[in-house]
Amino acid sequence: MKNLFLVAYLDVKESLRSKWFYVYSVVFGGLMALFFISGVSDSVVMGFTGLSRMLLIFIQVTIIILPIFILITTVKSISGDRESNVLEYMLSFPVSLKDYYWGKMLGRFLTVFMPVFLALLLGVVFGLLKGGALPWKMVFLYSAFLFSLSFVFLGLAFFLSTLVKSTDIALGGSFVVWIVMLAFIDIGLIGLMLQNRMNDGLIVFLAMLNPIEVFRIGAISLFDPELTVIGPVAYYILDTLGSTWLIIYAIFYPIVIGALLSYFGYIAFRKKDLL
Amino acid sequence: MLVVAEKVSKQFMGSKVLDSVNITINKGDRIAMMGPNGAGKTTLVRAMLGFYHINSGKITVNGHDPVKERVKVLENISFIPQLPPPVKLSIEELLLYIGRSSGIPRERVLQEAGRMDLDIQKHISKPFFKLSGGMKQKLLIAIALSKESDLLIFDEPTANLDPKGREKFYELLTEIDESCSTLFITHRLDEIKGLVNRQIYMDLGKVVEDEKI
Repeated sequence: MKNLFLVAYLDVKESLRSKWFYVYSVVFGGLMALFFISGVSDSVVMGFTGLSRMLLIFIQVTIIILPIFILITTVKSISGDRESNVLEYMLSFPVSLKDYYWGKMLGRFLTVFMPVFLALLLGVVFGLLKGGALPWKMVFLYSAFLFSLSFVFLGLAFFLSTLVKSTDIALGGSFVVWIVMLAFIDIGLIGLMLQNRMNDGLIVFLAMLNPIEVFRIGAISLFDPELTVIGPVAYYILDTLGSTWLIIYAIFYPIVIGALLSYFGYIAFRKKDLL
Repeated sequence: MLVVAEKVSKQFMGSKVLDSVNITINKGDRIAMMGPNGAGKTTLVRAMLGFYHINSGKITVNGHDPVKERVKVLENISFIPQLPPPVKLSIEELLLYIGRSSGIPRERVLQEAGRMDLDIQKHISKPFFKLSGGMKQKLLIAIALSKESDLLIFDEPTANLDPKGREKFYELLTEIDESCSTLFITHRLDEIKGLVNRQIYMDLGKVVEDEKI
């Protein structure tokens, strides 16, 4: 267990020095600052204003950027080390595969989650400085949504990273997964499916399987319990589950999927050749 | 016996890289393992270190299975890879990793590095991959020699060293405890002839020659 924390600590230190981490932090921190400077928080669009407006835009941006950032930066973590023979050297020391794999995952989780979380806090501080009220419940739940979205994509990235030996294939695979998931949040696509008289249940089922869509519905339901800005499928889901169950589902479903994927990744890491 | 490999076979994408290999390494054996590229030398070593799941046969190191009991196996093995890997950790962090995982005192590594004319303290906060090829190799050698192991495995250890570095390295090897075994994968037997007492020649995944010298 002590080696698990050692591996996590060293992974965090290594990530803090890497360029991707700076770009990642600047993108999320910079976005918040940009929203503020550009006066997004002062505008009124579809009834949203102030901190709610800013957080809503932050969610929309997060839906697009966060998954691909996590996939690109993490999918190389084990497959890249394997290709460059770093894994061969690091694992020639008496460190169990369990400690190494979960340590890497813990370290990487901290480095991908913290900048987004801090950007959220930055937005809250900006909002408070502007004299807005602090929406404690919203900040807490939104942090939980960010946590679960980060976790599911980290799990997916580690799964791909251990399953695929080449970094290029792992990167390509993660792009495909990201695009498919993004396509299935698109209301147009769901509209097309409706137009083609596909079963309503199937459309709702697909929407509920997709962690990005689940995050989107859950997060936006915090701002707009009627979900008028998100479309009929989300409205149907909210109507069926109810607000509380929807939020619980949106937090825990991605965590469960992320845990399963990372566990399958660990099994592949243990059962397949390491090099 | 330190290492016992019995009828070990390993295939990659249907092609046999190790073909029913039998080998034992006893305490005090100083082995030069040779053979053309693709003969299976590195694969055999990697199987001993638990990196590969062999298709058939059995390998034990000090009675332990390298895959199932990798921590116990690796506690007693030092390994230097063919090429220094581009580790992004700083030297300070790398020393922390090997110190905590293998109990190698940092001072010991610095001391061993010093004996190879490498002042590592000057570069301690540099990422490992930014050192020159020779410096990286010297540091890996210093780490391997600092670890109290029963078996030292060197995969072409002098490939990046200048003649003076090689000389120092061979000098240090003469000081290794007699009970410690060494396994060199090499193409240059003439350089290590005085340091080995056994030579193994591999070809096409088989041990074709194994004799005391």
